[in-house]
Amino acid sequence: MISQRIVLHFPYKLADQPIVHRLVKDYDLEFNILKAYITAEEGGLLVLELGGEEKNYERGIQYLKEVGVKLQPLSQDVVRNSTRCSHCGACVPLCPAAAFEVVPVTREVHFHDTKCVACGLCVKACPLRAMEVRF
Amino acid sequence: MAKTIKEINEKIKRGEAVVVTAEEIIDIVEEKGAKKAAQQVDVVTTGTFGPMCSSGAYFNIGHSTPKIKLGGERAYLNDVPLYTGLAAVDTFIGATALPDDDPRNKTFPGEFRYGGGHVIEDLVAGKDLKLVANAYGTDCYPRRKLETWVNIRDLNEAVLFNPRNAYQNYNVAVNLGNTAIYTYMGMLKPNLGSANYCSAGQLSPLLNDPYYKTIGIGTRIFLGGGIGYVVWQGTQFNPAVQRKDNGTPCVPSGTLAVIGDLKQMSAEWLAGTSMQGYGTTLTVGIGVPIPILNEEMCTYTAVNDEELWTQIVDYGESYPQGKKGSLGEVNYAQLKSGKITVQGMAVPTGSLSSYPKAVEIAKTLKEWIEKGDFLLTEPVGFFPGPETGTTCKPLRERPLEK
Repeated sequence: MISQRIVLHFPYKLADQPIVHRLVKDYDLEFNILKAYITAEEGGLLVLELGGEEKNYERGIQYLKEVGVKLQPLSQDVVRNSTRCSHCGACVPLCPAAAFEVVPVTREVHFHDTKCVACGLCVKACPLRAMEVRF
Repeated sequence: MAKTIKEINEKIKRGEAVVVTAEEIIDIVEEKGAKKAAQQVDVVTTGTFGPMCSSGAYFNIGHSTPKIKLGGERAYLNDVPLYTGLAAVDTFIGATALPDDDPRNKTFPGEFRYGGGHVIEDLVAGKDLKLVANAYGTDCYPRRKLETWVNIRDLNEAVLFNPRNAYQNYNVAVNLGNTAIYTYMGMLKPNLGSANYCSAGQLSPLLNDPYYKTIGIGTRIFLGGGIGYVVWQGTQFNPAVQRKDNGTPCVPSGTLAVIGDLKQMSAEWLAGTSMQGYGTTLTVGIGVPIPILNEEMCTYTAVNDEELWTQIVDYGESYPQGKKGSLGEVNYAQLKSGKITVQGMAVPTGSLSSYPKAVEIAKTLKEWIEKGDFLLTEPVGFFPGPETGTTCKPLRERPLEK
């Protein structure tokens, strides 16, 4: 089994097609929608947690690419500016996905981008504005 | 045997002074005892890096040709208003100043992306800033309008001057209400969903000299990455509060007013800060050296997070309404464990003050002293201690109409 958080960018021409339905029906994949919207600039954006048998997952991703969906791991879109971050820890209790972890002795704050659900709560709550969501 | 600051400085000049951080002294005293440690250690360095709103800078921009008088008029640096109630080209900017057109909290919670604290950071970083001023014109200062780029290197003086920094202890903020609130202590989740604290604890300057026996007027310090000085007790100085047997206050107490040449500071240690729904501020790095004059000072500096206590305060209702009362007392070791218990509930904790940066400041100051670059100063005056009865009073309002 495999499960990954990915960001899908849809061109406008795919807006009326049941893409996610196909992933479930044809490739037997499970999904959890974290975010979905349509922007004026680039069409549709969907942040998904997608999982299933590894072989099915790979075929599903192949299908997405073939129909013209651009995709990338969510971790590439949520970024911490390491020169800006002071490791204060203001983000730690706010994150609903527990993506920030304080190392006990050094008190440094680790960001686990694979846990991030891209809710954006930390972006505006960070006093030094070190967190960026790029999509 | 007691030491004097003069004797310690002689050792620093000879490169023989033993300097440790306020973190390192804990184990040394644990192992050797305070008496022996006091003989061996000469200086303990402290550090803190947190948002400190009562911070600002004054500067003299130099006279233009023809001359202009900003005093009593309007002037802006990167659209942030300057205080101009001084002589012709002297101005002051505070960390919480906002551009006139900032939306503030009109769409709640406001973002407060850029304000006085960010101007100070950009100035220190050596960026060009946009100065715009209007004036009424006088016989000696006829010019009415000024628009120019300015840079810190061209200013005659640029001085960081913070009326209240480095709080000796601070509240833990929680929210008993049922909606999220946005405070100077950060966003607080409803129904005791989070607890925020703001102190370097065992590394915090004034918690290592609880009765202000060595820190006083004239103390040379690490300030914003450069050298600064303590000039006075900070505003809201409140020494006569409840204290533990180790002398440390268990509520906010002492504060420091500090000053230093901004031109030798660094943007790494003066960071423009945005508190969502609250406003802008400046995160300031401060480190104070504490001379180990005797066993007593050594014992004070060996205080650890488990021995430092503070109060849990509801910022949903009690704090804004000025109601007294604590929801409980916790120590900094409990706060740093990631969870505290409030009203029987496990509440996750967050910190606004950076402990890793506080460690870095204490270590940097230690290096400066070890290298002989930084000598200690004898205070020229001391702060009012708890015995003076000095207190921080609330405003007593007297209505204007009878």
